[in-house]
Amino acid sequence: MSHDTQGPVDSVTGVTTTGHSWDDIQELNNPLPRWWLWTFYATIAWAVAYCVAYPAWPLISSYSKGVLGWHSREAIETDLASLKSQRAGMTEKLSRTPLEKVAEDPELFAFARAQGKAAFGDNCAPCHGAGGAGAKGYPNLNDDDWLWGGSLAQIEQTVQFGARSTNDKGHQGSMPAFGRDGMLKRQEISQVADFVRSLSSLPVDQDADLAVGAKVFADNCAACHGDRGQGNQELGAPNLSDKIWLFGSAKATIMEGITNGRGGVMPAWHGRLDDTTIKALTLYVHSLGGGRSQ
Amino acid sequence: MALTATTSKGMTFGEAGSALAFAALSFLSIIIAAKAYTPEYAFHAYLFAAAAGAAAFKIIDCYYDRPAELPPLTINGKPNYNMGPVKFGTLASVFWGVAGFAIGLLIALQLAFPALNFDTSWLSFGRMRPLHTSAVIFAFGGNILIASSFYVVQRTCRARLVGDIAPWFVVLGYNFFIVIAGTGYLLGITQGKEYAEPEWYADLWLTVVWVTYFLVFLGTIMRRKEPHIYVANWFYLAFILTIAVLHLGNNATIPVSLFSPKSYIVWSGVQDAMVQWWYGHNAVGFFLTAGFLAIMYYFIPKRAERPVYSYRLSIIHFWALIFLYIWAGPHHLHYTALPDWAQTLGMVFSIMLWMPSWGGMINGLMTLSGAWDKLRTDPVLRLMVVSVAFYGMSTFEGPMMSVKEVNSLSHYTDWTIGHVHSGALGWVAYVSFGAIYCLVPWLWNKERLYSMKAVSWHFWISTLGIVLYISSMWVAGILQGLMWRAYTSLGFLEYSFIEVVEAMQPFYVIRALGGALFVAGSLIMAWNVWKTITAGEEVAEANATQSILIAAE
Repeated sequence: MSHDTQGPVDSVTGVTTTGHSWDDIQELNNPLPRWWLWTFYATIAWAVAYCVAYPAWPLISSYSKGVLGWHSREAIETDLASLKSQRAGMTEKLSRTPLEKVAEDPELFAFARAQGKAAFGDNCAPCHGAGGAGAKGYPNLNDDDWLWGGSLAQIEQTVQFGARSTNDKGHQGSMPAFGRDGMLKRQEISQVADFVRSLSSLPVDQDADLAVGAKVFADNCAACHGDRGQGNQELGAPNLSDKIWLFGSAKATIMEGITNGRGGVMPAWHGRLDDTTIKALTLYVHSLGGGRSQ
Repeated sequence: MALTATTSKGMTFGEAGSALAFAALSFLSIIIAAKAYTPEYAFHAYLFAAAAGAAAFKIIDCYYDRPAELPPLTINGKPNYNMGPVKFGTLASVFWGVAGFAIGLLIALQLAFPALNFDTSWLSFGRMRPLHTSAVIFAFGGNILIASSFYVVQRTCRARLVGDIAPWFVVLGYNFFIVIAGTGYLLGITQGKEYAEPEWYADLWLTVVWVTYFLVFLGTIMRRKEPHIYVANWFYLAFILTIAVLHLGNNATIPVSLFSPKSYIVWSGVQDAMVQWWYGHNAVGFFLTAGFLAIMYYFIPKRAERPVYSYRLSIIHFWALIFLYIWAGPHHLHYTALPDWAQTLGMVFSIMLWMPSWGGMINGLMTLSGAWDKLRTDPVLRLMVVSVAFYGMSTFEGPMMSVKEVNSLSHYTDWTIGHVHSGALGWVAYVSFGAIYCLVPWLWNKERLYSMKAVSWHFWISTLGIVLYISSMWVAGILQGLMWRAYTSLGFLEYSFIEVVEAMQPFYVIRALGGALFVAGSLIMAWNVWKTITAGEEVAEANATQSILIAAE
């Protein structure tokens, strides 16, 4: 294999050149490397064989199906079916076992928690954190402080329909904007914020008049948060006497909440997740550490 | 040119025609600016008006300044090369390279530390990412392709570039396109097609520039004094022609109005996806491969002062590459709504591409036979040889990743990013750096580069950067793919998406570190280029063959 017009021999390699010269660049007459050529042929042979085996060529109204009869849609259906059969009876068993009875069957309970954990990671983690530890404005699900109740039935209700969501069955009601809407003056907000901090034994401003704060609290806040600030899960009103804070315990943060109101939204998952998945999520969240028995 | 031997001076058809055309474009742009639907579009229209007005003025100004006769094609029997546009393109490439790498570093850091978008829409990842890709591919890569092609086609054809305004129009018009595209991304103007983000009016402008480029290049080849066309010119021509076809096909849009930047693509659904990846993959094949192989085919033999290894291999691998690449696009759409048969074709043609790609690598590396010792002494040659090695590695990795079973793991992961960057940093950028380091002393008539030591530093710093970049992305990508597909024994996904994102953090930091090293290397190059031009040692008069030619320009 050599070029038809031969030029002078290259003194370094002893190979002839093609006799062309462009801006002093010449070309050697080396043949194609054998290994290169045979590997090229091998890839072509492999390509032909693959085209025979698998769907490959468009025809007028169809395409060549390939002798193996492989089809990507069937392949994914097979995969999904095998996943389904792996979960097998467990999904079915979970769906017909009442929520309160699942924990009695350790195997079923482990299955439900595994399903719940997977669903939690892909649906709940963006707000509540991968471990359910929450963030500012997003409740921690590991503790036993519940806004809307920590029993299995209450958690399921919240997951299904959400809070302040677009679903009619969701929890409703939010904290009014006492300052913005003119119900309380700035001075009163400051005083009641000090009082709220005192409920959980947090230090208050030196000039704070807790008696005035208590009066403001009794007149405005106690209806929802209770006369001792113990909260009300019927209304989603947080307990103000513990050391767990949804938005923070700083006086400025508390005043901000009283001034502008609060009302975090949890979406309704009913219709988006199937009932069994919601059941599994409920059991998972309940088991994180703070689940109540009633 | 015999006609110009008269003493009377007159405007050429080209001068008069282009001055009129620019004046008309400037006028039209002002009308569009006045009636534009959005302020961003009005801003672009004003840019067009200013640039076109300046072009018309400059053409007339040059006409009054020039002698009656146009520049001759030859002086004393030697070609009178036109190197001005080559100089501009070379410097533009250095500038855009540094800018594009720096933006890449910023978005790499944003992925590791999201707060670095500073909560501004302008600096958000979605706008900066196309700015990065366009700056490095089209601005850095495109400028060195245009500059080197104008250099190589003249030298290997022994002919002056066709036209006097046209070559300048190509380089300046192309860079104006880049300014329009880049400012458009920052302002939120995009048609949302990867690597083809600029909207219809920028696309139209590029079409005019690109057709001119094609005609200048082809015309110069037809003017050649050599009996045969050199292999580098085949690759350049394939690159120019195919990019024109791809650009037209993938940007077939209908504008909402002359006064709106928005347009709608004529393709729909999966056909649109197919056209997009036919375009996208061949932007890799013909822009980032064929074009840079052309650079390799001129600059490696020239620098090594050795003949090209095999003429026959160059022919076979050229035609095989050209024929096979155009089919490989569907491998970007494995396991999607694209019909199975199309996916198969994309995959088998990718596999068959392996050896044609390696043909270029063999020809590049084996050209060094008899000159391997130069690698020890010449860091510029070292850059180019390592680039060919990276080319070989990525063109093995690419076909491997196109295999459906591998792709099911690698697709949508950072492995793809690693693969792209081993090609982009290792191959494209390194061979471009080599060409820039060769061109600058040649073009500015200098004995040598200002500092060879700086080239060595550039080489080692960037190489370390590339190694950090691609190895971290391999590990990140494979880890990502494995985490996504991991199932528990009970049949549920082991990891949530957010957990996988969290696992990527250390690798993103390492990647950003690699990117920082690469940016540092490019700054060393920019400094070296600047010092070579301003303070380099002039070529001695005795052996100044090039200086005569350039001085006559």
